[in-house]
Amino acid sequence: MAKFNLNINGKTQTVDVDPNTPMLWVLRDHLKLVGTKYGCGIAQCGSCTIHLSGIAVRACVLTVSAVGNQEITTIEGLSENADHPVQKAWLEVDVPQCGYCQPGQIMTAAALLDNNPNPSDSEIEMAMNGNICRCGTYTRIKKAVQLAAESNNS
Amino acid sequence: MTFIKTKIGRRAFIKNTSLASGGLVLGFSILNACKPEQTKVMAAVEMPKEWFEINAYLKIGDNGLVTVYTPNPEFGQNIRTSMPMLIAEELDVDWKNVIVEQAPYHPEKYGFQFTGGSQGIRRRWEPLRMAGATARQMLREAAAQSWQVPIEEITAEGGLLQHEASNQLAGYGEMASAAAKLPVPDEVKLKEVKDFRLIGKSHKNVDAKSIVTGELMFGSDYQKEGMLIAMIEHPPAFGMTLESVDGKAAKAMPGIKDVVTIKSFKDGFEKGGFDTNAFPELVAIVGNSTWEVMQAKKQLKVDWKPIAAQTETISGFRGKETRNIPAGLESTETHMAKIEELAAKKGKLVRKDGNPEEAFNNAAKIIERSYSAPYLAHNSMEPLNAFAHVIGDKVKIAAPIQIPSLIVPTIASSLGIPAENIEMEMPRMGGGFGRKAYAHYVVEAALISQKVNAPVKLIYTREDDMTNGIYRPTYHATYRAALDENNNLIALHVKAGGIPESPLFANRFPAGAIDNYLAEEWSIDSNITIGAFRAPRSNFMAGAEQAFLDELAEAMGKDPIEFRLDLLKRAEENPVGEQNDYDAERYAGVLKLLREKAAWGENKANVHRGVSAYFCHNSYAAHVLDLANENGKPVVQNVCCAIDCGIVVNPDAAKNMAEGAIIDGIGNAFYGELTFQDGVPQKKNFDQYQMIRMADAPKGIDVHFVQNEIAPTGMGEPPFPPIFGALANALYKATGRRHYQQPFISDRPPIVG
Repeated sequence: MAKFNLNINGKTQTVDVDPNTPMLWVLRDHLKLVGTKYGCGIAQCGSCTIHLSGIAVRACVLTVSAVGNQEITTIEGLSENADHPVQKAWLEVDVPQCGYCQPGQIMTAAALLDNNPNPSDSEIEMAMNGNICRCGTYTRIKKAVQLAAESNNS
Repeated sequence: MTFIKTKIGRRAFIKNTSLASGGLVLGFSILNACKPEQTKVMAAVEMPKEWFEINAYLKIGDNGLVTVYTPNPEFGQNIRTSMPMLIAEELDVDWKNVIVEQAPYHPEKYGFQFTGGSQGIRRRWEPLRMAGATARQMLREAAAQSWQVPIEEITAEGGLLQHEASNQLAGYGEMASAAAKLPVPDEVKLKEVKDFRLIGKSHKNVDAKSIVTGELMFGSDYQKEGMLIAMIEHPPAFGMTLESVDGKAAKAMPGIKDVVTIKSFKDGFEKGGFDTNAFPELVAIVGNSTWEVMQAKKQLKVDWKPIAAQTETISGFRGKETRNIPAGLESTETHMAKIEELAAKKGKLVRKDGNPEEAFNNAAKIIERSYSAPYLAHNSMEPLNAFAHVIGDKVKIAAPIQIPSLIVPTIASSLGIPAENIEMEMPRMGGGFGRKAYAHYVVEAALISQKVNAPVKLIYTREDDMTNGIYRPTYHATYRAALDENNNLIALHVKAGGIPESPLFANRFPAGAIDNYLAEEWSIDSNITIGAFRAPRSNFMAGAEQAFLDELAEAMGKDPIEFRLDLLKRAEENPVGEQNDYDAERYAGVLKLLREKAAWGENKANVHRGVSAYFCHNSYAAHVLDLANENGKPVVQNVCCAIDCGIVVNPDAAKNMAEGAIIDGIGNAFYGELTFQDGVPQKKNFDQYQMIRMADAPKGIDVHFVQNEIAPTGMGEPPFPPIFGALANALYKATGRRHYQQPFISDRPPIVG
């Protein structure tokens, strides 16, 4: 066990855990930030996507000891009141079915648009291909990403 | 107006008097003396001081806000929006003044709380509207008594009661207290379809905001003070069971509380249809946190032993059935050999019309094709999980579960507690697709909690989830068609089977459209467990049948839609046999709508089109799928879909479900496959089990509904089965070869058709 001071959603949080613990379980079990979901544990489904220094990463394979003082943003910290452009677009298109993968989808999409405000369709597909939606909301996800990009650029 | 006796769910109308009796004095009402437009704006701004329970499904606040208890568990169909819409429609209240809450498990109040089989809206269509209409009637009655005027002269619309002649107006909130004390009317009027204000218009998902912010609590997010995390270790192979465990090393790991064994069924317990469980004896490991339990799980030393062959009696929906469970470690290769053997023999006769044997003997040409599909895992994004807290002879459960009532007898028996001591919350499920109808994991969580005497959240790893069983079975079907010298279809023979069940629906189309028809089936016992998977059996038969009809149409020189319409015309005008399970006119209706919307017959460069239609779960669905070859790879460009599911309650949400069914179907048809070697599932996680991803999804999907006033039928499943056929038929156009074996994209050598 070791103590880690983590910068999560703009606040410093201290946890005392095994250094090999993935951030997914630090968030879910120790900090009760359960918006980040477990889907596969091997970085194949994207349900646990968070931002590490603004880059989309899979929290299930990011050990707490690798974080250091880098900023972490989770779905809970993306906006104050569901008003991030990506969240607004998601609501406008009414994307979710079961909703379980959607926090991860939104975090991937938000990181994509931060780095590439005007992605082409194939760039959206490439960026979002690591996030599985078992309900099959892909056409709506793509539409929402396009809408968020348009609203950012208008 | 339609008069309906308030007979369904009578207990739902027995009011909670402890709540209602508190309402003698009206709380402060912001609606007092407001004009209608003002009240509409103001009603949504603050919570009421007091709520009045009118019936189990709704309570009305003193300011006119309405809380609706939505009865069924949700796993993505958006019934938490569409079911409250049914209540709000008949209550006649503005949608923005409706708050939705999930009802707990309480069958006496809420009836059969089952989400599956595309039955949700269909079963709730009348009772939920009745709940709203009953409340509206009681509000009008309360106003009539208060104003001393006849009830017939009182209107109730948009949350306002009005008596025009005496110029009296009141919000529902003002009359709620009085209404709550009135007797439940014996008869209520339900609206005509033309008078619907909410039903038929798209309303956004009431949970969308909490989903996109991550606030929504799924079953696996459940937290409780002092809660421990549990995981299970099940046998590595079907055909194995627990012999012994050495948990010393695991128990010595940090954060680990205990290693226990559990037995899911008491000896002699008579299983229900959803008690399927290949691994009733398990090792459970319990600790403080998920990561610690995951690490310690690797340190378990477990000895497994082969199971003995057994026969069990199941009491399911179809009455008592006997299941043979053979011993042994099964492999896909041996399954295939057995399938070939059974498919070559005569099957069990299920339906025969005319004289098919003679027709085949006299045929000028016989076309015979065989189709197959493998086991599939459900792979819901949220792996199986359950919270349970056993205290003495009581248990509190919160678990993602599709049919809570059917696991109650098992929990009661296995824990040794009375059924009425089981309290269940129904959190939103992160996907279900049939898998979460089989709630063995809830029993396991409860048994672990009982053993360790603490609140426990059981979490399956993805690997546990994928290798636990309850798969879509593996299926096979052979179709034969007899053509006369003029290329007319004179007989059809279908022989279908599977491991361990047959997928055959002998009375579905094209039965009823062909004079000489023969349907046979067979099955092979197995110890690999199976269960309902989105549109069970239909999800294979539709693809096989619709691919065969496509090939038949081609051989007969007919347009594939025209060919189906010709058969349906025959079935409508002069049906063969009396047991035909479909309505030929509605079936033809979706095809005609599809033909128009998809602009069938128009050819575009590098667009290869496949068509398919199917009836299941009381609804009709048809697709045209457009495929393009891009760098030698088939890419789905667009799917045009037509559906007849009666009245569509929430159209955009229904479209979302159809889009999902289409993408799900394309994914499973292209890639879905689980194979076995010596009882061991050969895929354990998403690095091995290929799921459809965004790049492989259609670039566009357009969904069209047949407009009619038929009470709603199924929606979650019907658009799923036919997409397999549409894809197969488009692949033929794109590649020049027929695809008979799913998955269509695979390493195996192609069969040249």
